[in-house]
Amino acid sequence: MSAGSPARALDVSMLPIHAFGHRSLMWWATMCMVAIEATAFALAITSYLYLKGRVPHWPVGAPTPRLLWGTVNVVILVVSAWPNLMARKAAERFDLSGVRLWMAVALVFALGFNIVRFLEFGQLQVRWDTNAYGSVTWFLLGLHTAHVLTDFLDSSVLTAVMFCGIVDANRFVDVSENAVYWNFVVLSWLPIYAVIYLAPRFV
Amino acid sequence: MTPAEAPRIVDNDPRLAPGGLDEERRRLEHTWRSPSGLIGWLSEVDHKAIGRRFIVTAFAFFVLAGLLAALMRIQLARPDNTFLNPDLYNQVFTMHGTTMMFLFAVPVVLAMGVYFVPLMVGARGIALPRLLAYSYWMFLFGGLFLYVMFLANVGPDNGWFSYPPLAGPEFGYGKRADVWAQLITFTEVSSLVVATCLICTILKMRTPGMSLNRMPLFVWAMLVVSFMVMFAMPAVMISSTCLILDRLMSTHFFNQAEGGDPLLWQHLFWFFGHPEVYIIFVPALGMMSEIIGTCSRRPVFGYLVMVLSMIATAFIGFGVWVHHMFATGLPQLGQSFFTAASIMIVVPTSLQIFGWIATVWTARRLAITVPFLYAASFFFVFVIGGLSGVMLASVPLDRQVHDTYFVVAHFHYVLIGGSTFPLLGAVVYWFPKMTGRMMGQWLGRLSFWLLFAGFNLTFFPMHLLGLYGMPRRVYTYPASMGWGSMNLLATIGAGVIFLSLLVFLVNVITSLRAGAVAESNPWGGSTLEWATSSPPPPYNFLPQPTVASREPLWHPELASPPVVGLESEKRQVLVTAVLDAEPDHRYKVPGPSLWPLATAMATTLMFIWSIFQAMGLVWGAIPTFVCLVGWFWPTRGKERLAASPPTRLTLRESLS
Repeated sequence: MSAGSPARALDVSMLPIHAFGHRSLMWWATMCMVAIEATAFALAITSYLYLKGRVPHWPVGAPTPRLLWGTVNVVILVVSAWPNLMARKAAERFDLSGVRLWMAVALVFALGFNIVRFLEFGQLQVRWDTNAYGSVTWFLLGLHTAHVLTDFLDSSVLTAVMFCGIVDANRFVDVSENAVYWNFVVLSWLPIYAVIYLAPRFV
Repeated sequence: MTPAEAPRIVDNDPRLAPGGLDEERRRLEHTWRSPSGLIGWLSEVDHKAIGRRFIVTAFAFFVLAGLLAALMRIQLARPDNTFLNPDLYNQVFTMHGTTMMFLFAVPVVLAMGVYFVPLMVGARGIALPRLLAYSYWMFLFGGLFLYVMFLANVGPDNGWFSYPPLAGPEFGYGKRADVWAQLITFTEVSSLVVATCLICTILKMRTPGMSLNRMPLFVWAMLVVSFMVMFAMPAVMISSTCLILDRLMSTHFFNQAEGGDPLLWQHLFWFFGHPEVYIIFVPALGMMSEIIGTCSRRPVFGYLVMVLSMIATAFIGFGVWVHHMFATGLPQLGQSFFTAASIMIVVPTSLQIFGWIATVWTARRLAITVPFLYAASFFFVFVIGGLSGVMLASVPLDRQVHDTYFVVAHFHYVLIGGSTFPLLGAVVYWFPKMTGRMMGQWLGRLSFWLLFAGFNLTFFPMHLLGLYGMPRRVYTYPASMGWGSMNLLATIGAGVIFLSLLVFLVNVITSLRAGAVAESNPWGGSTLEWATSSPPPPYNFLPQPTVASREPLWHPELASPPVVGLESEKRQVLVTAVLDAEPDHRYKVPGPSLWPLATAMATTLMFIWSIFQAMGLVWGAIPTFVCLVGWFWPTRGKERLAASPPTRLTLRESLS
């Protein structure tokens, strides 16, 4: 409370005005978002398994989804972790040209993923209104699509900001946290892929 | 952090001299002031202003839901009454429950956190203030949407948990169930955003010295609750989305005939719905601790046990949802597990009650103030509700009284006793901090005793009505059932509650106009919100205090030096380390903006459009995206760098 001696103070004026990773507020806000979305994914997967557990044969009334495009997307997403990591590293050394380069590369991957995702829906071999199996399969894929699509859009905006040069240190922090969130989108796809494509075949 | 960047203790700092402080105050007032006029009001981002709006709006919904309850009580006052028709009665009880849970109980406890957490952790502001503004607008628009639809006779009518198949496409005609499902989306977004703001503030913006083990218990409660919100709310987000898809896109999640399962709804809903009860209850535990500690003039007994009990309550709260589903014929083993879990939750709750009793028992000088009365009533009212809860956790008894007025009595005792009584106490307790004036004592005591009497008169007979077999959600009953006199008693009690809230409201209004002016610490509290003026300035503290104990205001001998060196020309806050709150860096939080409002309006358009046309989701997403880009796009100006890419060194220099 009031200072022990008349004017004793904790001087923080030397502290930096930005920080990366878990030191930054943005990292914690991103992690909250990740926790919320991860819970949503987990509950959607649980719903899938719950419905699957209620019937003797799965999938119900439809052939298993074709593997091609979903598997292609696993490859695209896993590889896209690399340009994201590079963008993050460039951001953390305030390397604007590096950030521009690697964010653009990462965007190309995200765009490619979204295009392939469009093809993926056609290969599910079931409609959302056929039965509960169709509904929950479309729901899982749709939920993940909502994430890759919105992340593609917000990464585009951030990339545009970096190219316009309206840059201060906290924009570099944004690039870093954006890359962290993309990693979550990548990691969440692996269990969802397993549930949609592998569970009907092998479980 | 290099040694050159480390904070340091300075003696005889001129910035703390009276002249220096006056100069600093002028600059801070300029930097943190809210813009004036309508535009200023709409672009407000101050956590205290938004917290106040949240609280006032939530209480407005509380009054509306209370009036709906009064309509129900009038209808049930005597047998074979025709005051409300069955269809309207269905809408009224659904609106009552939905409003109380989603538009009052959760928002109002979170709003208390929005107002007080930054003050109690000694921060200049809240983390993510614009996002907070967005959450308020979403809450307001969602609530308005619900009530406009209700007035248009499209109010939800399937109960606050909206079970399919009743709420599904087969039996839920019209748009009523869609309105319910979309209201949920509004309130979800709002609550999740507030939880995020609170977590970031509590973990990263506590003032130096406030390590986790020195956090006030209310702040602990809000931290626990924010995490509960994050892990519980997605369940209802998923389930209400599936419900709306079943209704609008012909999916079959809950359609038995096509491989779906209505019980999946119940699992998902109660996986949210039971933690929801604790989301309402745990902040009240924090309020109890603050009020009891202050009124007893001593630290709350067993700080560590109190904290661990709240955390344990939160964890166990996620493992009891099936006790809402005992009547659905689940496997025996599952029922036993959930009975055990439901009874286990008694342990942490009891530990806290014993902790408070020990605090009051060993009080230095007990101050029986109005807030203390509300806190003390918790022991009586909540314990009755808790005990009937233990009874309901047992499957045979639950099967007997399931969906009867016994359950209605139980959860009103738990929710009103466990949350509303402490909340009203907290309103009286913190009223001087929020408004600068004390609430009237005499009217305060009158409204408390009226509420206490009216509450028990209304809800205690419902235990008996339930045991006599009166089911919930019936719009009337024949005289031959013999339930008339008990129901009349409950209706009279409801009238007394109405009167008590009227007295409370009169007290608020007269106190705002002519209440005794409050100094900074009228109750002699120990926590940092009492260290600043009443009401606090927009920048909260000058200078920002640091702490060296759990009760900084009670230990002047443990004084620690205040913070200097935050830039007063920017809305700069001090970000600290998660565990021990060592200073880490300074961060500029954003100022007032219209973008949160614009984005909330666009989101509202998208949500409402989508329940009439599926493509509304797509078309409505476009203005939402545009607004988000406008929100995110950095302002041009001196921060713009030269076209050549900077090296680390030049950028650092340009920033310093």
